[in-house]
Amino acid sequence: MKDSMDILVISEQTDDKSPTRLTLELLGLGRRLAAENNGRVGAVVLGEGADIASRELAERGADLVYFLDNPALSRYNPEVWATLLESLLRRNPASLMLAGHTSLGQDLLPRLAFSLGAGLVTDCVEIRWDGSFLFTKPVYGGNAVAGIKVLTPLALATVRARVGEALPPSSPGGELIPIDQDPPQETRLTVKDRHYLEAGECPLEEARVVVSGGRGMGGEEGFEVLRELARLLGGAVGASRPPVDAGWVPSTCQVGITGKVVAPALYVAVAISGSSQHLSGMGDSGKIVAINKDPEAYIFKVSDYGVVGDWREVLPAFLSKLRELASA
Amino acid sequence: MGLHIVVLAKMVPDPEGPPSSFEVRSEEKRVAVRGLPPVINPFDENALEAAIRIKERAGGSITLLSLGRNLSRAVILKAVAAGADASVLVEEDSLDQALLDSRSTAVLLAAALRTLEPFDLVLCGRQASDTNAGVVGLGVAQLLGLPAVTLAQKVEVADGRVMVERVLSDGYEVVECPLPALVTVSGEVGDLRYPSLQAIRAAKELPQRIVRLQDLEISLPIEAWVETVSLAPPRRERSCRMVEADTPAEAGERLAQLLWEDKVV
Ligand SMILES: Cc1cc2nc3c(=O)[nH]c(=O)nc-3n(C[C@H](O)[C@H](O)[C@H](O)COP(=O)(O)OP(=O)(O)OC[C@H]3O[C@@H](n4cnc5c(N)ncnc54)[C@H](O)[C@@H]3O)c2cc1C
Repeated sequence: MKDSMDILVISEQTDDKSPTRLTLELLGLGRRLAAENNGRVGAVVLGEGADIASRELAERGADLVYFLDNPALSRYNPEVWATLLESLLRRNPASLMLAGHTSLGQDLLPRLAFSLGAGLVTDCVEIRWDGSFLFTKPVYGGNAVAGIKVLTPLALATVRARVGEALPPSSPGGELIPIDQDPPQETRLTVKDRHYLEAGECPLEEARVVVSGGRGMGGEEGFEVLRELARLLGGAVGASRPPVDAGWVPSTCQVGITGKVVAPALYVAVAISGSSQHLSGMGDSGKIVAINKDPEAYIFKVSDYGVVGDWREVLPAFLSKLRELASA
Repeated sequence: MGLHIVVLAKMVPDPEGPPSSFEVRSEEKRVAVRGLPPVINPFDENALEAAIRIKERAGGSITLLSLGRNLSRAVILKAVAAGADASVLVEEDSLDQALLDSRSTAVLLAAALRTLEPFDLVLCGRQASDTNAGVVGLGVAQLLGLPAVTLAQKVEVADGRVMVERVLSDGYEVVECPLPALVTVSGEVGDLRYPSLQAIRAAKELPQRIVRLQDLEISLPIEAWVETVSLAPPRRERSCRMVEADTPAEAGERLAQLLWEDKVV
């Protein structure tokens, strides 16, 4: 077993300092890949109260967890993170480093790629081992899927939600290793205030049912109907990009290649044409239902159930029938 | 002495084209695009829009920098006419975008940017719509030693600093750094304005420089860090059960019934 076979996962934590679900999934993915090449899986946790997430990660698949608990790390600063990770990787060479395809991962890994001279594949939907790592990702807005190999000794990848599977807790957990380095004090970037947008009643990524509207909803009022339907089905409201651009819904609702990636058990697409950019964010949903007034709309080709018609006529009848069935 | 802003603009096949216009040729590991005009990568257009807004407030000039082969002059002209002052094209037959990885592209653009110094701000899209990678901007910054902020929904410049609202999954944060700097721009910034016919005519007179690889003292190939080994069409089509009925309302009811019976709801 060579040290250079090691896989390192960059942890992100929620506001209550526990690892995000995506972090746990990456650890599961790392475990699976490591099992195939007899390597070890490590995690890195940077943050204020990093010990909390570290303990959990040690029980959820990490052989070792490097952590640095420091108040200066309460907020992601790209240059601080890049400096700490670069020196960690120089001290502990790895063959693969994984991060979520999040605002942090998308920002951090390209920096590390160029400071370490390492190949990077972003937005991976699959990673396999066949003697070397094979990364799969959508290109051309989802109109094609590329298989990519990294030619440098260290490979970096940002990975989407649901590619890996979180592991149940097990004991004894992995080893906790404090990082013996202070965060750099001087950085060129200053990260100031953070603003939260109002989230829907239920976060999109976790929802079992997602009801999304497109350009054809025509305005904010249309989304009121979708909210009603989402409440009835116990789901969340999403959107294609035009409603976000038009300001009908907050940008946190956008589903697609530059929005959120969701895979609920049921996805209802209303007045959405089915662009590849949108499909790339919901194509793995369990069942897909499309309501669209254009019988030729591409969305029907990728759906399990389809209704041709104006949502203004279809939805009210759909809603009342659902209520009737539910109360019967 | 206003600001000098450079906007990186990649030419791509129109990403809004219908799926049928993207033919995946697996043996060639290439996507053949049929009947789609080239456009500036939409996120680079957002970056240009951000640059124009900064120029309107702070004054200065904008240089559009594009790299590739057979760059459409009409597309460049229209972008320049929206509010740039000059264009620089790194153009060579050997610059096949499909064969350049992010690293090679960043090396070439960084070298081209050095010939454009001094500049205060480099803006580019958060990612290209063909590769969907989002690596080149930060690579350029790293190679030039510039501080960089990504995923901007708003960019402002004051007192030698740039202030960026950076998009997060649940909101945004404000990040600042000194100039010169590089910022990657997200769609939230807003669409690039349309140039007037008058502006398009005037833009024909603006300076345009063609740069060759030998001017940059770079020879190809640049060592790539990644390699595409396969290309396949997406697996996404399903067999769709179309709900038939006399009226849309009836179809709505039937859909509910059907989903209920199939235990989907
Ligand atoms: C780089 C890039 C990234 C992008 N990222 C994303 C992304 O992350 N997510 C995303 O969604 N898009 C994204 N897009 C945009 C994408 O290309 C499409 O433009 C967009 O998804 C189209 O949204 P739509 O289906 O709502 O609108 P349209 O394509 O305009 O479709 C509207 C549909 O509504 C139907 N309709 C209209 N009125 C009614 C009615 N009364 N009843 C029933 N049906 C009706 C029409 O028949 C039509 O099919 C991106 C584009 C680019 C270039």
